[in-house]
Amino acid sequence: MTNKNPGAQLRLQRFFGQNETILLLVLLAMVTAITAVSPRFLGPENLFSILLSASYTGIFAIGFLLVLVSGGLDVSFTAVATVAQYAMGTVLLANPDISPALALLIPLLVGMALGSLNALLIHYLSAPPIIITIANLNIFFGLLQFITGGEWLNGFPEWFDHFPQTYVLSFENADGVKYGLSVIVMIWLAVAVVAGVLMHYFKAGRKLYAMGGNLEAARRAGIDILRYRIFAYGFLGFCAGLGGMVHTLITQTVVPNTLVGHEFDVVAAVVLGGASIFGGSGTVVGTVLGVGLLAVLSNALTIMKVPTYWHEVFVGAIVILSITITTLSALAARNREKKYHAQ
Amino acid sequence: MSDFIAMRHVTKNYAGVQALKDIDFQLKRGEIHCLCGENGSGKSTLIKILSGVVKPDEGSEITIDGRVFPHLSAHEALEQGVRVIYQDLALFPNLTVKENIAFQSFSEKGSPMVSWNQVEKTARGAMSLIGLDLDLNRLTGTLPIAQQQLVEITRALIGEPKLLVLDEPTASLTRKEVNALFEVIFRLKSRGVTTMFVSHKLNEVFEIAERVTVLRDGERIGEYVPSEIDHKKLVFLMTGRKYESALPSPVDPLAPNLLEVKNLTRNGEFTDLSFTVKKGEIVGITGLLGSGRTELALAIFGMTVPDSGSLLLEGKAIKPRSNSDAKKLGIGYVPEDRLRQGVIQAQSILDNMSLTVLEKLKTTLGLLDKQKMKTDAQTWVKDLQIKIPSLDSSVKTLSGGNQQKVVLSKWLATNPKLLILDEPTIGIDVLAKNGVHDLVKKLATKGIGIILISDEIPEVLSNCHRVLVMQKGRFVHELVPGPDAERDLLENFNLS
Repeated sequence: MTNKNPGAQLRLQRFFGQNETILLLVLLAMVTAITAVSPRFLGPENLFSILLSASYTGIFAIGFLLVLVSGGLDVSFTAVATVAQYAMGTVLLANPDISPALALLIPLLVGMALGSLNALLIHYLSAPPIIITIANLNIFFGLLQFITGGEWLNGFPEWFDHFPQTYVLSFENADGVKYGLSVIVMIWLAVAVVAGVLMHYFKAGRKLYAMGGNLEAARRAGIDILRYRIFAYGFLGFCAGLGGMVHTLITQTVVPNTLVGHEFDVVAAVVLGGASIFGGSGTVVGTVLGVGLLAVLSNALTIMKVPTYWHEVFVGAIVILSITITTLSALAARNREKKYHAQ
Repeated sequence: MSDFIAMRHVTKNYAGVQALKDIDFQLKRGEIHCLCGENGSGKSTLIKILSGVVKPDEGSEITIDGRVFPHLSAHEALEQGVRVIYQDLALFPNLTVKENIAFQSFSEKGSPMVSWNQVEKTARGAMSLIGLDLDLNRLTGTLPIAQQQLVEITRALIGEPKLLVLDEPTASLTRKEVNALFEVIFRLKSRGVTTMFVSHKLNEVFEIAERVTVLRDGERIGEYVPSEIDHKKLVFLMTGRKYESALPSPVDPLAPNLLEVKNLTRNGEFTDLSFTVKKGEIVGITGLLGSGRTELALAIFGMTVPDSGSLLLEGKAIKPRSNSDAKKLGIGYVPEDRLRQGVIQAQSILDNMSLTVLEKLKTTLGLLDKQKMKTDAQTWVKDLQIKIPSLDSSVKTLSGGNQQKVVLSKWLATNPKLLILDEPTIGIDVLAKNGVHDLVKKLATKGIGIILISDEIPEVLSNCHRVLVMQKGRFVHELVPGPDAERDLLENFNLS
């Protein structure tokens, strides 16, 4: 490269050194490689199905990102999601004629309430978030099992059953089966767009980054820490409720232990997306790409008939690999900036 | 010039302890005013009252621009143009320079959205006030400390500041950066901004202050014009004690060489360094930060491996490959960053003192000999005159000077032959500083060889037998402290 315009060159290097760009390139490389091995992979039918099955993880991940950016941590969201599922499922079975809007509002409110409870406890006990949310994971989930007796819920109203088959784009395959881009995927994308705009273009979003970067400085700058904690954890609660709802729409059953125990998949996706576990950094685009990458990986392994326990090994390995790349590229970026600014 | 701020009868009691006793304090518009005093003299309390963080007792009175306040709220202080920059910077390392500078605008009422154009404009405008030129999109955490401080000062310039309070701003700056900071202060002065400056480095006080107010034990000792007092007088005013610093006792000319460094080179850090340290000799190394001083120390201490050259300790070639190697050889290193590398803040004084000699404190069963640990520590506390509440208190409860003595005792416990002290008195009170200096000189008389690294010229000149000047990784000068030494260094090497 020429050195005629070091500023422009630095900008270019910054762009390609960015986590999101790297992730996108890795994702494209993976898709190409998998397609070469198994051409069936790249078909629209498979891609739509990957998106649909990744949607609730994707929604959880965006909520988790906000909490992480604000310098917090919350591992109770799967339990919150399950509680929200049961609340919605129970109401639906008891009043099958309830208006769909009202029924779908229930999990969101339950989620926000439990998320805010996490925020209040963390704030007033000034306790490490991980401890509070592990405790609440156990409390929420334990009480749920006690109250419901671990009973499975199914047989929801017809509109509920048909909801996921509402397609934004729809096609028919060779066997005459309808498939397409489900409205559920659009819910995920809508949450992502809202969160992305909020985090970059709204003062509230910038304050979350500030809190995650230096909490004491945020306090001195006059940020109402409690308010923004409730905002972040409440938003994750909302996403947990929404993700739980989406999960129920896809599976049409409510089961106590399909979500709890899978928190790590979400954490992995968000960290893979470039968010720092210590707070203050991470983007929505990165998070969406992180979720996408893990979904593609898991789908490819399934297509290639690799046993499921290998999926876990791969997820773990890819997280370590991504952190290695992030560390190395941060180091390179630092040296580059130093060199540029020394000139 | 009229009084811009006048504080009258300011008193503050904390649970029966009088932090401030009936203080009168005046600031004139546009002046540079230094506040001097030891730790615990009430400087911080006075600053906090001025910035509205602490509420003074009944009867206190603060007049700003003719308006009288019994006390200020943080909001009122901001409104009156008071900006305080604390020692621990309040920046967001994960945000860009422009966002840090314009951050306060996010708290203003109005649109909930961020106007990035406005953020950039605000940041650029504020930076131009002090002639700062930084990449606005760079993450603040990737900047050197000195530039981060300038970012914080720039942030303080938003919204018409009238008074800038800098609490120990130069503690972690190099001389060149201090000069740049002073230039900024002069620029602000020309715009009518008043600066209140707190520093332990008295030479800086004399360099920049137009007036000095001295506090001692919560009382106002007086207000002085620097040209009318000298260094010794100021120390006396601050401490209430006369202090004569003794030169180090001469080295025995027959003393054998303890350390010989021959043509030591580590690419990119230092080149072809040769020098010796005799038993009982204190060798000073000075030079700007980045001159390779610390890098040299780390190589002798085994933390890095030199590319070429050799080290001899008591005539035998040594090649320390780790700090534990160096420790076994009898080399101790007191790092520059006391808070992070010197002590373990949260642990007790006892644990900190025993850290380097845990192997030696084993009982026959291999367990820690708590009793010996305690008696040893008590001996150090007595020998080094460390002021502590108890051995079990955590190190963070101690003042800087006493913390540094804990670090020293930890290394003395290893019975070192050579001690490397990297900026041993940074951020330490005048009197405590002298305590550390006395201790260093006493250690030398016991035959320990000492390398004292410092960029404070008076410190090396009054405590060392010989001084080496480093520039860009090389020794460029060697001198023996004498009457002309300070001028020599100042004129030839742009050090002060």
